[in-house]
Parts: sequence; structure tokens; C-alpha cells
Amino acid sequence: MTVALETINLVKRFNGIIASNNVSLQIAKGARHALIGPNGAGKTTLINLLTGVQRPTSGRILLDGEDISARSTHERVRLGIVRTFQINQLFNDLTPLETIGLAVSERRGQGLDWWRIVGSRPDLVTEVVEILERFHLTDVIDKRTAVLPYGKQRLLEIAVAIACRPRVLLLDEPAAGVPEDERHEILAAVAALPSDVTVLLIEHDMDIVFSFADRISVLVNGALFVEGSPEEVARDPRVKAVYLGEELADA
Amino acid sequence: MLPPPIAIRVATEWLSARARWQPLEIVFWLGAFAAIYLLPESHLILTEIAWLGLFALSLDLILGYAGIISLGHAAFFGLGAYTAALLAKHEIINEPVMALLVSGLVAMALGFVTSFLVLRGSDLTRLMVTLGVALLLRELANRLGWLTGGADGLQGVTIKPVLGMFRFDMFGHTGYAYCLTVLFILFLIARRLVNSPFGLSLMSVKGNPLRSSAIGISVDARLIAIYTVAAGYAGIAGALLAQTTSFASLEVFSFDRSADLLLVLIIGGAGYLYGGLIGAIIFKFMQDYLSVLTPQYWPFWIGLVLVVIVLVGRERITSWTTPVRRIASHLNWRALAHRIAASSSERH
Repeated sequence: MTVALETINLVKRFNGIIASNNVSLQIAKGARHALIGPNGAGKTTLINLLTGVQRPTSGRILLDGEDISARSTHERVRLGIVRTFQINQLFNDLTPLETIGLAVSERRGQGLDWWRIVGSRPDLVTEVVEILERFHLTDVIDKRTAVLPYGKQRLLEIAVAIACRPRVLLLDEPAAGVPEDERHEILAAVAALPSDVTVLLIEHDMDIVFSFADRISVLVNGALFVEGSPEEVARDPRVKAVYLGEELADA
Repeated sequence: MLPPPIAIRVATEWLSARARWQPLEIVFWLGAFAAIYLLPESHLILTEIAWLGLFALSLDLILGYAGIISLGHAAFFGLGAYTAALLAKHEIINEPVMALLVSGLVAMALGFVTSFLVLRGSDLTRLMVTLGVALLLRELANRLGWLTGGADGLQGVTIKPVLGMFRFDMFGHTGYAYCLTVLFILFLIARRLVNSPFGLSLMSVKGNPLRSSAIGISVDARLIAIYTVAAGYAGIAGALLAQTTSFASLEVFSFDRSADLLLVLIIGGAGYLYGGLIGAIIFKFMQDYLSVLTPQYWPFWIGLVLVVIVLVGRERITSWTTPVRRIASHLNWRALAHRIAASSSERH
């Protein structure tokens, strides 16, 4: 197994609270890896550590064997770790066309070009249109993002990340808040992600997790609790206990 | 699967739409240049409008496009003004255009250094930091009396003819043509800049810095870049003032100047480049008209207009010109739709 992304003894403390407790996680190249866990298990903290939004108290993060712990957020994106957000983080005043155009031109290192207009590069436009077609956004390319239907915004959320050509894609609850009858479009887009992209899915919805993942890690209280194939995790009595406990607590 | 050529055609049109010249823009500039011949008796006030418009354009670059609010933009304006005046007084650079460029570069250097102060923090922090920088410079100019003339201002400045050919006159004829030309060139550059991938990234940084860094944009570097460029613009505006009046005084750094500038931009509307220019026209003519009516109390009316504008606009800093621009862009869209339709029927 080739490892795409690896964390070694990752620890994050906030004023005495341990949000990540010695997490050593390996994600195989091309994997469809899901990260699950009850609320407050430290999933968001882990994403923030992986993307560089927060710095770990101790431990290291390796991308294809290279230590990236000291890299800033935007440098990590350049290296290939790209994320989506559970709550849409889009550019409300830009159109999907401009948003993807921006992401593609940044990826190509043309972001400091201040003389040519975005539409003047035919190969860039071709790529932008391809991405928009793949995510069924061609009918809204010229609408301001703020006025798009929520489902389209969710698709754009993933499309922007794909425009960065990730090696490792962190999907943070891609279908969060999407009504039942619009979900299939998001899930189809997630299922159709290129197979060479390593995907780490953070998800609450067990149907999505089990239909998508080939490997599952369970996070509890900031620590890695169980890891295995979907079958193994589904059978594991400890996992059941954790989730059952949560459901009981909710009830 | 390759997307069909027509979709690419349409996408190219839309991506280029912001950068396309609209008829109203052409009318605006034709009018401005026609005034050189048609309104000779107004050249003095038009000169002031031209450099004020450039100054406001500078603020628009950081506020309208990158979301950096400033109450101390006069720091760069003033530095540019003193640089130009000193260069002329001590006959270091005699040709005004060269001196203008050097003044802009000096202001850019200050912009670069102080840009690090505005990277972090809320709008309030930025207001205070920029205000502080301008106050510091003003006091510095006051203390360095041997160089700047202190509170008396820098006197005895003689400006040589532009390009060695066009002599400045007391009616502002040369001054207006000169300022307008500089404004137009810098406007063209700014227009390219905001419609480029770099400009797009500024708007993204303003709209959502979190996502901007998540698509690989170094937010800080972009803010430093635009703040530096805008400082250069402001410095050139200040240098234009010094060159057209052959004078520089502490007032170039004043808080009033920075505050008026914000007012000018809000009157015209931020974030579409013309706001500063339109705002400068309205502000100067209003000042001119109202100060004749009530010599002492004209700021009252300016204040009233400001309150009305901000109350009428629903967003924090928006503009009353939005409907006009919407109509203009709507006309433009329709022309665009026709072109797209025409290009697609060609293919069938």
C-alpha cells in the first residue's frame, strides 16, 4: 500500500482540552477513506490540522512521505491537499464561471497575472467549462453565487476543490443540509470523483459512509478508536456502543 | 469528453464581460477630454477633480476591491506631494513626468512597509492604524522644518514645463490636460488590473479570505501587493496637486483629507472604478456651489448628503449609482446575448 497522507502522533491541545489525542492515521493512495465519530470527536480539528488552519501541539503530517507540518494553508493547497467545507465557503459576488476560473488560474500559477483578462486564455476556459459540466453547473454559470439554489452551491463547493486538482481531497460533509430529493446529485458527483484522487470523507450520515468508503476510521474523544473495512467497523461492538450511547444521550 | 465549442464560446464571452468597454464609459472619457477645449474657464476646478478622482481611485483599489478600509490614505498622498515639491524646489528632477513617477515610487515604498500593519485585524483596527500612520507623517513633516518648511509649507517651488514643452499657467489649462492624461493612463492600468486573474483574486480575498487560502491564494501577499500599488496611485495624486499648485503644506497629510476621500468614494460608490471619479466630480462641484451659498457651513450639506446616501443604501458601503450601472450592464448583457446567439447560428 502506498500512503498518500499520513499523520504521526498528532496532538492538539486547547487550554488543557485535548482535541486531537495522538492521532496516527494512514490514508492509502486512491483510497475512499471515511472519518466518522460522534459530535465533538475532533473531526473538524483534524481537518484544520491537515489543512494548516491550526498548528498541532506536537506530531507530524506527511504528504507522499514529505513532512508538510510547517507549511501554510495555501502552500498545502499547492502541494495537493484541498478541502471542501461543511458550511459553504464560496465567493458570493462571483459567478460559478469566475469562481472556477479563479481556482484554475491560481492552480496554474497565473494568479499574479494582472494584465490579461481571465477569458483570454482558451485552454483555461476549456478546462473551466469541463469542470462546470462535470458538476452540472452549466445552466447557472453567469449567476451570482449568492443567488444559486443551495444544492448548486454544494456542487460548486466540490467543483472549486476539484479545480485545484487535489492529490488528497478532504470532503467535509458534502451533503450537509441538502434536502433528500436533491442529494443524489451531490452523491453522484462525489462517487464520480477521479479514482486517482485520494479522498478523506468526514461524514455523519452512515448511509453515505457505507456506500462510499472502502476504509473507515472512527474518532472518539480526539483519539483514533477503531479502523477497518466497512464490514469490520459495522460489526465492531465498540463502535455500536459509541453510537448507541450517543443516540441514547440524544434521546 | 470535450465540451462543445459553443459552450466555450459562451464562457469566454461571460468571462470577458466585466472587461468589455461599455458605451457609457466611452462617453465619460470623451466628455472629460472634450472639456480641455470646451470648458477652458473651468480648468482650475477640473484639475482638482482630476487629481481627487485619481486619489479616490486609489482608495477604491484597496477598499472596493480588496476590502481594506482606510482613514489615513492622505499619508501616501502627502508623501507624494512633498516628494514632488522637493524634487522641483531643489532641482533634483526638473521634468514633471519623471518627478511624478519618482513620487509614486516613494509613496509605494511607504505603502509596502505599512501594508504589513493592515494585514491583520478588524475594520476598526485598520481605521486606527491607517489614521495613526498619517498622523505620524504629518507630525514628522512638521518637525523636519529645515526640509519641509514646517507649518509654513514648502514655498518657492517652481515647476518646469511638462516634457519640456508645456508650461503650467495660472488658468489650469496645462494643469487639467496633464492631470487628466495621467488619470486616464492610470485608470486604464487599474482597469486591466481589476479584470485580470489578480483582480479576481482580490475580490475573492475580500469576499471570503478563508476560501481564498483554501484554493491556494496567499491572502497576505495579495493584500500587500494591492496596498502598495494603491499607495503609488495616491502618491501620484499628491504629486499632481503639488505640481499644479507649486506648493506643498502640512494640510496634504490632514485627517480631513483622508476623511473627505472616503466621503468622495462613498458618494460615487466603491468597487467599480468610476465611483471615485464620479464622487470627485459631485464633491468638488457641490463644495464649489455650496461654499458660495454658505461659505462657512458647506460641510453641513456634505454631511447631510452622506447620511442620506448611507441610509438609502442598504449595504454598509454601497452606492446610489447601482441602478444606473445595472441598466448599463443590462444593455451590455443584451448586446452580449445577441453576439452569442449570432455566433451560435453561424455554426448551424
